[in-house]
Amino acid sequence: MTTLDQLRPGQRAEVLRVAASTSLAQRLAEMGLLEGASVRMVRSAPLGDPIEIELEGCHLSIRRADARGVVLRDD
Amino acid sequence: MALASPPTATRPFRVAVLGNPNAGKSTLFNALTGLSQKIGNYPGVTVERKAGTLTGSDAAIELIDLPGTYSLAAHSPDEMVAVDFVLGHIEGEARPDALLVVADASNLERNLYLVTQLLEADLPVLIALNMVDVAEARGIKIDATALAQRIGVPIVATRADRGRGLPELRVALGRLVATRSVPRPTIAYVEPAALTAGVAALASGAAPAFARALGRPLHRVELLRTLVDVDGHAEERLLKQFDRATLAALLEPARTAAGAMVPLSAIEAQGRYRWIKQLTAGCIERPATPLPNWTDRIDGVLTHRVIGTLVFAGAMLLLFQAIFRWATPAMEAIGSSFKWLASTISAELPEGALTSLLVDGAIGGVGAVVVFLPQILLLFLFLGLLEDCGYMARAAFLMDRLMTHVGLSGKSFIPMLSGFACAVPAVMATRVIEDRRDRLVTILVTPLMTCSARLPVYAILIAGFVPARRVFGVLELPALTLLALYALGIVTAMACAFVFKRTLLRGPPPPFVLELPSYKWPSPRMLAAQLLDRAKAFLQRAGTVILAMSLVIWAAGYFPRDAAMAAGFNAERAAIRAHPAGSGADAIELDAIALAAIDAREAALHLEQSALGRCGHAVEPLFAPLGWDWRITVAALAAFPAREVVVSTLGTVFSLGHGVDEGSTDLRDALASAQRTDGSPLFTLPVALSVMVFFALCCQCGATIATIRRETQSWKLAWFTFGYMTVLAWVGAFATFKVAGWFVA
Repeated sequence: MTTLDQLRPGQRAEVLRVAASTSLAQRLAEMGLLEGASVRMVRSAPLGDPIEIELEGCHLSIRRADARGVVLRDD
Repeated sequence: MALASPPTATRPFRVAVLGNPNAGKSTLFNALTGLSQKIGNYPGVTVERKAGTLTGSDAAIELIDLPGTYSLAAHSPDEMVAVDFVLGHIEGEARPDALLVVADASNLERNLYLVTQLLEADLPVLIALNMVDVAEARGIKIDATALAQRIGVPIVATRADRGRGLPELRVALGRLVATRSVPRPTIAYVEPAALTAGVAALASGAAPAFARALGRPLHRVELLRTLVDVDGHAEERLLKQFDRATLAALLEPARTAAGAMVPLSAIEAQGRYRWIKQLTAGCIERPATPLPNWTDRIDGVLTHRVIGTLVFAGAMLLLFQAIFRWATPAMEAIGSSFKWLASTISAELPEGALTSLLVDGAIGGVGAVVVFLPQILLLFLFLGLLEDCGYMARAAFLMDRLMTHVGLSGKSFIPMLSGFACAVPAVMATRVIEDRRDRLVTILVTPLMTCSARLPVYAILIAGFVPARRVFGVLELPALTLLALYALGIVTAMACAFVFKRTLLRGPPPPFVLELPSYKWPSPRMLAAQLLDRAKAFLQRAGTVILAMSLVIWAAGYFPRDAAMAAGFNAERAAIRAHPAGSGADAIELDAIALAAIDAREAALHLEQSALGRCGHAVEPLFAPLGWDWRITVAALAAFPAREVVVSTLGTVFSLGHGVDEGSTDLRDALASAQRTDGSPLFTLPVALSVMVFFALCCQCGATIATIRRETQSWKLAWFTFGYMTVLAWVGAFATFKVAGWFVA
């Protein structure tokens, strides 16, 4: 099972499901992080955390711990 | 449902301006309203209310700029205001007659999410498709006409920062006023069955009980939010009326009726995005492979492990350089013009209480504060530039990891950084933090950041008492001391945040989602408007609160005045004038020096006799452990309402008369030569350090306390901030005095 925090910079994957806390999951869902969405790992911050992801052309920053709740489809 | 009464000749048509953060909403609002803006606050909450009249249109339209929000599922006070305003739930605010939604064309699907929610508010809607240039640069083509037809609302393409599309937008707004037509989508939204069933169950079940408790009917949008947003704002409002168990029992049937296995919030998002996909199908054209864009390239550098960190450090250095050096000429000009005004008035008017009131009280007090205007404006210019071009979000991204060590997030970094300018806007800037606990902790510790008003105290004491030696060849000891004082503020703020997050405001770490917007050129017009606002607010404060405080302090330092004492000094002066030392230039100068010495002794004695002096004597024992005498105590006491006042008070206390500023070598000399009653010098290095540490940690600012009260709606928290900082300041100054004493000995 791959999760969002495990992607390498530049790697793209499809979202399978989001298992984060309620309010975070809602905020991410409102921004389009839903089942089937294509998400790309852009980079991690200089200190390793948080990470920057790209979602439908929009750049978001979330923490690694939260990204662990975003399960990706294994190819 | 609370429907607004129709606009009449006396009431303008009210249009609420909404949009996602970073969609260019404020720029558009400013461009549409020009200088007609009125800035205030919503009652009960502390979100800024900005309203203005639409310029360049025949129709009387009032625009109200609402806080940026991604969705109507409110999680922060800002988002709450946006939702409540749209539904007409804010006291004293009529429901808007129409909505203007600003959507970022380069991120259209996500921006349409809010639109789909607003379409359910039963109000006319107009979409401003903003930032079309950014979209074009990314190779994105949008068929606005087809999209407008499908959504059933007019869409106008704009570039708010260059003023493009604004005439068309004004025309469209005018037409909206005339027709008041509500949205008629040609592709209908099929609401997920779970939501429809849940809302229906809520409407027939708990809604009447809610309506009775709130004293008004609930709009369907509100019912939907109550159903979907677990721990959201709608639920929180009801929790004020019902206890948790009762509310859970009331909501239970509706949430069961929805019968969903996945959270309703995910179902709602899926449903809306499905509709957005249908609406935009064929209307948005994207290049198969995304064009490389500037933001990605710049971010490759600015968030790079090494270069990014260096650039960040460089930006912060530049900020300090700007405040300390570039502001100096303007500050000197302001300082000398106040001095000129003071000396002109004292030359024209006879000596006495009135002249003293004008020169020492009003001009001295206000002048000491207005001097900071250039520094404050430079700082706001710098922060505004960083914010407007999109770098601030990167700073939060870079700093988040460090902030998590004390239990905060990167979002607290920006307000704390602003604290270097002034705690008042910094405390207001905490509004971007959604989590209540994080926001409160940030508010509590932000006043510890070294604000620009502390600078003059540092400047004069460092120049006077820290030897200008070089250490390690290049670094100067005074500069290092200043740096250490700034570091002290930062470290203490972090330590306090750490403690507060684990004691008073304990809670789980909040989720962190931060948008990193595209970089863009800052808009000079917008920056200028912001600076003008800041300057006005600052000068207003100087003209009212600080003027009043200066006058109170002046009166406390001037009265009561012993007439017999004054007569004695007058006799001394008369004696010198009657028997000059001689007629040569040297002799005349000798007389002048003798006269000045008498003036100084008189001023000092009067002050000691005054209410302020007596007060200083009375509390002297409290501050004696810090190495202070009654004069330093008086200056510190006088500075409690506004710490800027300390320099002018020191000037008076150490008997210099008027027109004192921190560049003044006279004040520096006077402090250096000040003696204790036993004849030993008063200001030793430990005493100077003790005073500086006290000022670094103490919350000597009435405006900050008032702002904290306003932002937190709690006098308790405001006084807590004051209390803990004062205790910290005393302990810190005491420790500094003792430790430095050992080293010097």
